[in-house]
Amino acid sequence: MIINHPLLGPRDASEFTYLGDASLIDRPDWQSETAAQDFYEYQYLRDNPAGLHQELWFHESGDRSWLVVTRNTLTHEITDVQLARDVARARGRSK
Amino acid sequence: MTQQNRISGGQIDTSQTLKFTFDGKQYTGHPGDTLASALLANGVRLMGRSFKYHRPRGVLSAGSEEPNALVELRGGARQEPNTRATTVELYNGLLANSQNRLGSLKFDLLAINDRLSNFLTAGFYYKTFMWPAAFWEKLYEPIIRKAAGLGSLSLKEDPDVYDKGFLHCDVLIIGAGPAGLAAALTAGRSGASVILADEDFRMGGRLNSETFTIGDASGADWAAATVAELASLPNVRLMSRTTVIGAFDHGIYGAVERNNDHVATPDEGKPRQTLWRIYSKQAVVCAGALERPIGFENNDRPGIMLASAMRSYANRWAVAADKRVAIFTNNDDGHRAAADLHAKGVKISAVVDTRADAPRNNDYEVLVGAQVIDTKGRLGLTFADVRLADGSERTLECGALGMSGGWNPNVHMTCHQRGRPVWNDDLAAFVPGADLPAGMTVAGAANGDFSTAGAMASGVIGAKSALKAIGLKAKTTKLPQAEDAPINISAFWYVKEGKGRAWLDQQNDVTVKDVKLSHQEGFRSVEHLKRYTTLGMATDQGKTSNMGGLAIMAELAGKTIPEVGTTIFRPPYTPTAIGVLAGRARGQEFHPKRLTPSHHWAKEQGAVFVEVGNWLRAQWFPQKGETHWRQSVDREVIATRKSVGVCDVTTLGKIDVQGADAAEFLNKIYCNGFAKLAVGKTRYGLMLREDGIAMDDGTAARMAEDHFVVTTTTANALGVYRHMEFVRQCLFPDMDVQLISTTEAWAQFAVAGPNSRRLLQKIVDPEYDISNEAFPFMACGNITICGGLRARLFRISFSGELAYEIAVPTRYGDALMRRIMEEGAEFDVVPYGTEALGVMRIEKGHATGNELNGTTTALNLGMGRMVSKKKDSIGSILSEREGLNTDDVLMQVGIKPVDPSKPVPAGAHLMNLTGPVDADHDQGYVTSACYSPILGHHIALGFVKGGGNRKGEKMRLVSPLTKVETEIEIVSAHFVDPEGERLRA
Amino acid sequence: MRYSGLRVIKEALTGHKGWTPAWRDPDPQSQYDYVIIGGGGHGLATAYYLAKEFGQKKIAVLEKGWIGGGNVGRNTTIIRSNYLLDGNEPFYEFSLKLWEGLEQDFNYNAMVSQRGILNLIHTDAQRDAFIRRGNAMFLNGADAELLTTRQIKERYPFLNTNDARFPIKGGLAQHRGGTVRHDAVAWGYARGADSRGVDIIQNCEVTGFRRENGKVVGVETSRGYIGAGKVGCAVAGSSSRLMSKVDMRLPMESHVLQAFVSEGLKPVMPGVVTFGAGHFYCSQSDKGGLVFGGDIDGYNTYAQRGNLPVVEDVCEGGMAIFPAFGRARLLRMWGGVMDMSMDGSPIIDRTHIDGLYFNGGWCYGGFKATPASGFCFAHLLAKDTPHPTAKAYRFDRFEKGLMIDEKGMGAQPNLH
Repeated sequence: MIINHPLLGPRDASEFTYLGDASLIDRPDWQSETAAQDFYEYQYLRDNPAGLHQELWFHESGDRSWLVVTRNTLTHEITDVQLARDVARARGRSK
Repeated sequence: MTQQNRISGGQIDTSQTLKFTFDGKQYTGHPGDTLASALLANGVRLMGRSFKYHRPRGVLSAGSEEPNALVELRGGARQEPNTRATTVELYNGLLANSQNRLGSLKFDLLAINDRLSNFLTAGFYYKTFMWPAAFWEKLYEPIIRKAAGLGSLSLKEDPDVYDKGFLHCDVLIIGAGPAGLAAALTAGRSGASVILADEDFRMGGRLNSETFTIGDASGADWAAATVAELASLPNVRLMSRTTVIGAFDHGIYGAVERNNDHVATPDEGKPRQTLWRIYSKQAVVCAGALERPIGFENNDRPGIMLASAMRSYANRWAVAADKRVAIFTNNDDGHRAAADLHAKGVKISAVVDTRADAPRNNDYEVLVGAQVIDTKGRLGLTFADVRLADGSERTLECGALGMSGGWNPNVHMTCHQRGRPVWNDDLAAFVPGADLPAGMTVAGAANGDFSTAGAMASGVIGAKSALKAIGLKAKTTKLPQAEDAPINISAFWYVKEGKGRAWLDQQNDVTVKDVKLSHQEGFRSVEHLKRYTTLGMATDQGKTSNMGGLAIMAELAGKTIPEVGTTIFRPPYTPTAIGVLAGRARGQEFHPKRLTPSHHWAKEQGAVFVEVGNWLRAQWFPQKGETHWRQSVDREVIATRKSVGVCDVTTLGKIDVQGADAAEFLNKIYCNGFAKLAVGKTRYGLMLREDGIAMDDGTAARMAEDHFVVTTTTANALGVYRHMEFVRQCLFPDMDVQLISTTEAWAQFAVAGPNSRRLLQKIVDPEYDISNEAFPFMACGNITICGGLRARLFRISFSGELAYEIAVPTRYGDALMRRIMEEGAEFDVVPYGTEALGVMRIEKGHATGNELNGTTTALNLGMGRMVSKKKDSIGSILSEREGLNTDDVLMQVGIKPVDPSKPVPAGAHLMNLTGPVDADHDQGYVTSACYSPILGHHIALGFVKGGGNRKGEKMRLVSPLTKVETEIEIVSAHFVDPEGERLRA
Repeated sequence: MRYSGLRVIKEALTGHKGWTPAWRDPDPQSQYDYVIIGGGGHGLATAYYLAKEFGQKKIAVLEKGWIGGGNVGRNTTIIRSNYLLDGNEPFYEFSLKLWEGLEQDFNYNAMVSQRGILNLIHTDAQRDAFIRRGNAMFLNGADAELLTTRQIKERYPFLNTNDARFPIKGGLAQHRGGTVRHDAVAWGYARGADSRGVDIIQNCEVTGFRRENGKVVGVETSRGYIGAGKVGCAVAGSSSRLMSKVDMRLPMESHVLQAFVSEGLKPVMPGVVTFGAGHFYCSQSDKGGLVFGGDIDGYNTYAQRGNLPVVEDVCEGGMAIFPAFGRARLLRMWGGVMDMSMDGSPIIDRTHIDGLYFNGGWCYGGFKATPASGFCFAHLLAKDTPHPTAKAYRFDRFEKGLMIDEKGMGAQPNLH
């Protein structure tokens, strides 16, 4: 596969390390009353869709960016690649 | 023997003669020959035996789809089983042997199976060999295994080397027949970067095998001229002898180039084959089509082959399949074979055409509406029995019979991404469907455009559409006139009335009867048919057999062929050497080696090295007179604990953490607190995974307010760095913190032992005070050594001794090691390896990978209270789950034998002193063990249920695997200096 | 019809006219006591044991395609019970014992061949871990033997012990491990279940669940509605897709595992060998093909196909220990979709919905589990209590911190 890195252009997927669903960005609030349940769901449950999937790839043999790749799990077609940092900020993460 | 079947013409160089040996007998051929064409030229029809019934077999085809003529090519360590004689280029001295026989090829004792064939029908083995149960492995299976298989491996190490490479292009064209050449001309003349790959050693595809003309030239000459023009274009790369094996995601194709299979042995250092990963923007598949045989009784005898193969042998290789040949066809194409052979002076016994409207011919007899119903000839065809249209029968004398059952487009590549072909009734064949891999177009016979003109035109169209897709303008390519005959076929798959066996899969001996039995027993899905009968599972993967089987199943099930469907086409297109897929990554080159800065010095000392991931580390340093590793290790431990020792610890991961939020960031990463760590101090840190399990441990040294140096274990250096970047970029993107791995940038040595300070004081520049008062336990700082060399010093101790770790830029590592040894001579400094390191850390009770094994928590490790609940850190919440916090949770303990002479081996389990020894009563296990030269007995670390309260308890250590059972006592894990006085000295 | 050597001879002499379909092809009835979704190895085994061991009747297996078309038809056929953890080892040992009597039990020769499995050891830490595992096997009544390199060489003289980058320092063998003719497992269970009255319904895709008062009462299918007392899902690879129809999110991801077979070769590999310093394992089928595999591709996918990097990685591992395999040819590669669970272990449990039961999360180890998985799932369906050897395979183990993590990789499915 080829991942079109937003900073570096198309790179072979073997330069990257895969983590999983980009929902891992949405780490729950540790002080919430439902933190135990929230962290359990965050850590263990997945939509695992057959179709578009937003997922985290790390450019391990490259610039060490984490990327959010939108890829179809039925066809492997990649339709979007963003820096995970930008996605995280857009989802409201900060410090 | 002379080449009795050699005729005139062809694309072989008769001016040169090549010698070769098949089954011990010498023959001759010419450059341009394949092994199959040369054998046929010499009148050799019998080339192999079938898989199951050991039926005599000759060539069926003239290409890579060959199921029958498989040989063991070459000898010695280069022996290659199952090599298709039809694709082997003849070279001088070639050696080949027939395979899958017991006895000689002519008298194969296993041919008894053919006599027993009525008992050995499809799936018979599922119904028997069950009693008594133990006989399967002992009796039945060994017999079956020995009889099965095809050729033999030499079992010697493959002496050849294989390469890998990467290629990029605008347009990859797969196949260099009329369509591929036309496509390449179009794309090449338009300026695109083009790769044209073809599995054959001569480009041109069927043009080399047919007598058509293109413009004024023969097809073969046009092909040669076109190839010459393409070769002159700098933007075109021609790759003959290159099989595209698979279509992978995003336009990546795998291709294998056979660089040196056409010579006896590759030149020294040259690869036998190369695996190319071709990154294409567009691909045009021009893979042609394969002719299919017809099912009739005894259609598998040597001499019976595809009519197109017969033409290939005659026109390209100047070989008559026999002096007297017959043709069996259901389409016009079969007549071409008769015409071509007749023109070459070969006697045509008759053309048997199943169609009532078969074309007549004055040159030879055409039997209209007739069928071949049986053949004769034990080791080679002698007669063919024909049933004529009027029902009467007639016998034709012939040594070769060409079958033409129509053509199957080579749709493989179009289906590698799970696309499905669609049925075309006019062609009576599957053609590529609409669900092609992205960037792929199909042209020529592969797309069902069977005529030469049609193939060339569609090649141009395919290239144009590829060029358009990447925004290149196509230059007009004017094509010369070429043959454009319409397809005239009447589907005919097998001769129906007949009691004997009609072969579909010639290699696996699957007959029409087997398909019928499969249907009768309910194996009706095409996948069940395949798996039950093994149809299509041979080395040709059904290229010549599947369609016939599908057609018969459709007929039996009352369905159409497309309703029955095909099995799945999978890569590789043709079988591919495992060696080329591995490339150079074998032997010592399997993985790269990482060497420590002191590696060369250690080698000079005669160190024994051990693989630690990709690192090589000194395991111990044997001295003269030491005959057992324990002597060396014990000495290194004692000398270190008595005076001073030095160990290269560069392999530990080092991560530089900088920025205003560095401390806050480490607070997230480690379960214990870091925000208040003073500058110039180091702290032990335990990192959890988000699931609350310990991930890694190490130290973080605060070099400045906004600068930490973090260490990780050797094994987890990469994973921890990746995790920290995840936390930084994905969870806390606005923290002002930067990370970089500096593992390779700094050489780091542990200097341990009571004299370590005195030794270091000789090296550290005098302006830096490293006395206990000025530089106490857990201190850290930037210093200079040896007169100005920048360095980092950490007062941390893995051994439990007064100890330091000193780091210098990697290029000074070797020099520093030598300097330490030099300056340490007065203290009898010793280098110590990973074994002594391990002994001392067990003596001190420090956990490593054996304890942080991915299932243990801070609590298990005795560090439960380190998990701060006052802050947010990774893993804190999930570490609180009830199952990880039970009363009898495993706790790390020390273990010593009750009888000091007994070992306490790692991997052993722990049981209560009394009671059963079984899994239900398991109390824990031993994680790390060693002999402690300080204590004079074996010691170990381990986990025991409720271990915190069990110190002093005696237990049984059991290792049924290694037949050990010992009484042990649970003790503190801190065997040496439990109060930590030494490391603070 | 009972199969036997005599029967084969009799049919051979009478034109094979007497063979009947191995299983019927019935139309679905409107109501069953048990509907098992998934005609793979596990689903068919479940139906077989429900009928045979638990005396249940009115059972249907619904298969969207052809039976045995999932991972039971696409795997590397290995059976073994060399597990480490308490949650796993008794289950897999139970499975191995069922394998040992399977063919006589269901009267079908699935070629259960106990030619042994060998895990190679390359480091001292690995040896310690394997000793712990071997001991766990013993403590659970299984067999294991620690072999020296010399002993291994006697059995596999062509192993690379000359210039291996990661020298072989021994191995852990389980002699009762081995291989089975995978397709025949599906067929044997299908035939055995069918002969006990189970309806095996192919080309019948479940499109939804019907619920009444919070209880599942049947399934909507491509062949109409089918009522059920209890519904058992055994569709590993498609578990998330199926369970999403009742809005369940599962602790798993779908990944592709590729596997490979070489051209047929005369016998060279007596048993199964796994490489401990890379991703490679290999056995040889009775037909002669080297059957081998390695790691999963590593990214979520349902595409049932993989990519070149893993192909190369696996072949590199192969050449590292068997440099004589360089001249053998890879014939076919394929990819199957795995339910990769969050701790590498499966789930056999009730769901929170009455009447709906789940079996999945087999990662790439489902084939060897087939008999015990079927048996234990049948036990759960019939008795509503877990079988003793499968009691750890609960849904709530993640919530409670009772993971069964053999590899210690944590909640990242592609690392298991």
